Amino acid sequence: MKKFLQKIPEQVKRLSILLVVVVIVFIIATSLLTPKDFGLIGHFRASSVQNNANKKMQYAGQETCSDCHEDMWKTKNAGYHKNLSCEVCHGPSLNHVNEPDQFKPVKPKGRTFCPVCHEYNPSRPTGFPQIVTASHNPRKICITCHNPHNPTPPQTPKDCSACHAEISNAKSVSSHMDIPCTKCHKTSAKHRLSPREFLPTKPTQREFCGQCHSKEAKSDESIPRINMTTHEPRYVCWQCHYPHLPEAQ
Amino acid sequence: MENNISQTDKKVERRSFLKKLAILALAPIAFGFLGSTDKLKTIKKWMLENGYVPNNHKWGMGIDINKCIGCGRCAVACKNENNVPQEPFFFRTWVERYRIYEDGDIQVDSPNGSIDGFENWRTNKKMLRSFFVPKICNHCENPPCVQVCPVGATFKGEDGVVLVDSDYCVGCRYCIQACPYGARFLHPETHTAEKCTFCYHRIVQDKLPACVEVCPTQARVFGELNKKASPLVRFLRMNKIGVLKPSLNTEPKVYYANLDMEVK
Ligand code: HEC
Ligand code: HEC
Ligand code: HEC
Ligand code: HEC
Ligand code: HEC
Ligand code: HEC
Ligand code: HEC
Ligand code: HEC
Repeated sequence: MKKFLQKIPEQVKRLSILLVVVVIVFIIATSLLTPKDFGLIGHFRASSVQNNANKKMQYAGQETCSDCHEDMWKTKNAGYHKNLSCEVCHGPSLNHVNEPDQFKPVKPKGRTFCPVCHEYNPSRPTGFPQIVTASHNPRKICITCHNPHNPTPPQTPKDCSACHAEISNAKSVSSHMDIPCTKCHKTSAKHRLSPREFLPTKPTQREFCGQCHSKEAKSDESIPRINMTTHEPRYVCWQCHYPHLPEAQ
Repeated sequence: MENNISQTDKKVERRSFLKKLAILALAPIAFGFLGSTDKLKTIKKWMLENGYVPNNHKWGMGIDINKCIGCGRCAVACKNENNVPQEPFFFRTWVERYRIYEDGDIQVDSPNGSIDGFENWRTNKKMLRSFFVPKICNHCENPPCVQVCPVGATFKGEDGVVLVDSDYCVGCRYCIQACPYGARFLHPETHTAEKCTFCYHRIVQDKLPACVEVCPTQARVFGELNKKASPLVRFLRMNKIGVLKPSLNTEPKVYYANLDMEVK
């Protein structure tokens, strides 16, 4: 054994001592530096989950508001704004819930607030009520005419354009501009109040367009005619012509 | 003869050697087992102070592109709720506008993350279709950000939510680089990584994440993935669902309905 040790070159001995020291230092360092709860439930500090859960809340949630503002809550849930949270308009209000007299939620009264949702934008889905702020009753603030908690307009929107602005814009510059929407879509009055529950009809057959455009149709002379039997009989017309802008380009 | 004897000797030697080897091999397994039952006990009992047991939940989010009106209230609420810096380049959630033109051109923009609204400037080009896409951390089942973290400061909890341990994060930005969805940023003051937590502090108290709370059209749906009576499960049942960058195999838990194929 002694012989064996003597055989080992000096530099190897020193190196191995160094190695041992390094390993020991590493082990001590990791055990000191790794938090106790590391790896308890995964490759992370278990207490960090609690830390994340401990953050302070700002939004109380709309159910909370109903405790003290029941009337307001009922009004809102019966109208068009039923899906809106109170705090989308009034801002984060948990402080107010805890101390109603100390903290007052904001009340967005200006003309700039409502348009964040209602300003006309062609990217918005069809059916969403939109206005052009610049021309919709300019200079008066919205809440003089619309109750923010039940915004039913003073009269139900007469025009389909209120919610289908993009389509009516397209139609208004097309050769179909003079055909009323209701000529092609049978629309019950209820569609304006609960649009998704009472959807209007849509034409289903090519003969529908034929009533004005076929050679035999008894419609205005100026309307361009096609031969219904030869003009693309395998498709319905709106597979090629966008009915709200039918010009073939 | 002599030969024979020495052979049996060797056999004995071998047997005892094998025995030792087996003990050597089994010992760590046995120790490991003892250790892990101990661990298992802690896991079973493990819950947060308010009684929330992460093991019993699996969270996800559904987003319906057809319902999003691009009002940006989600991004506002998120900043309020989570103290996200107000500067226009820090977001935990934001909304992108896609505009696809007839000539094949695609424009994607998100001015101030949608908070200031989207301007309608006119072009002569004809728009084919256009829509809004809310974006958020996807809380991937296989999160690339977690894989690259050198210290274990970001992790997927037992409820599937990907969290950041901001006390332990060293701010090396690897996770920010690794996230294929751009959902992370470095907090300018704490210099630690930040991201959506599904409003962890809210969901452990049975509240909705702030962005879902304020969404006016229910374009965002939040809930349990593994429970039958969950609005999210209905959402997944009723819609054709897509996820972002499915080819990366990250298995997002944010599910999109009516997702356009151009959305990246
Ligand atoms: C604990 C009861 C309580 C709860 C819960 C509560 N409020 Fe109030 N709130 C009050 C009281 C009381 C007032 C009237 C204070 C006054 O008139 O000085 C008030 C007033 C208000 C006002 C008017 C402030 C003003 O400047 O006139 C708003 C807006 C409001 N609450 C919104 C909310 C919202 C949003 C919630 C839900 C997040 C909510 N409240 C929850 C008690 C409550
Ligand atoms: C569309 C935005 C919007 C929503 C959603 C909304 N509010 Fe309001 N709320 C307003 C505005 C704007 C005012 C200011 C009205 C005024 O001064 O005439 C207001 C005023 C109030 C007031 C003060 C009433 C008063 O007469 O001064 C209370 C209380 C209130 N809101 C509670 C609620 C509660 C509770 C909810 C949820 C159920 C809610 N609001 C939802 C916009 C909203
Ligand atoms: C956070 C988004 C949001 C804000 C802010 C908002 N609204 Fe609305 N508004 C909606 C939604 C969603 C509907 C329901 C649309 C539907 O039924 O499809 C709606 C419906 C309406 C309608 C009914 C239109 C119709 O005839 O169908 C009016 C009017 C209206 N809002 C006015 C207002 C006014 C005034 C304000 C400001 C006090 C306001 N809104 C603020 C989201 C918003
Ligand atoms: C002078 C009263 C008045 C003011 C002020 C006013 N509105 Fe209206 N609003 C109406 C009337 C009346 C209608 C329904 C008839 C119509 O279609 O124009 C309406 C309809 C709407 C609609 C339904 C879509 C439509 O065109 O029918 C929305 C959304 C709307 N208003 C939002 C707003 C917003 C947002 C503001 C503030 C920027 C505002 N309104 C200000 C009177 C007003
Ligand atoms: C209060 C807003 C509102 C008004 C006003 C309105 N619509 Fe709609 N409309 C909607 C909504 C919301 C949808 C559903 C869109 C969707 O499902 O994506 C819809 C859908 C439709 C559809 C499609 C039906 C389908 O099966 O896809 C037609 C057609 C239609 N509306 C025609 C009209 C006509 C014609 C008018 C005017 C007489 C009108 N709408 C007025 C909100 C409105
Ligand atoms: C010439 C007949 C015609 C007129 C006029 C017309 N539509 Fe249509 N509309 C159609 C047809 C046909 C479809 C079905 C298109 C399809 O399925 O590709 C349709 C579809 C729709 C849809 C479903 C969504 C979409 O974009 O396809 C809506 C909403 C709609 N129309 C609203 C309107 C409104 C609002 C007006 C009036 C401004 C109007 N339409 C005028 C024929 C017409
Ligand atoms: C109520 C009668 C009527 C119906 C129904 C009708 N159209 Fe038309 N269409 C017209 C009129 C009027 C014009 C414009 C004629 C002119 O240019 O003076 C027209 C023009 C057209 C044009 C020619 C556009 C151009 O100038 O190149 C096409 C294509 C067309 N319609 C397609 C359709 C289709 C598709 C349908 C069925 C969805 C349809 N139309 C239903 C009355 C109708
Ligand atoms: C496969 C696509 C396709 C279908 C389906 C189709 N069209 Fe056309 N249509 C065209 C094209 C392309 C043109 C322009 C070239 C031409 O004049 O033949 C045209 C031209 C027209 C014109 C003449 C416009 C003019 O200025 O003279 C009318 C009217 C018309 N179509 C109506 C219809 C009607 C009504 C239907 C359904 C019965 C229909 N189309 C179905 C592709 C189609």
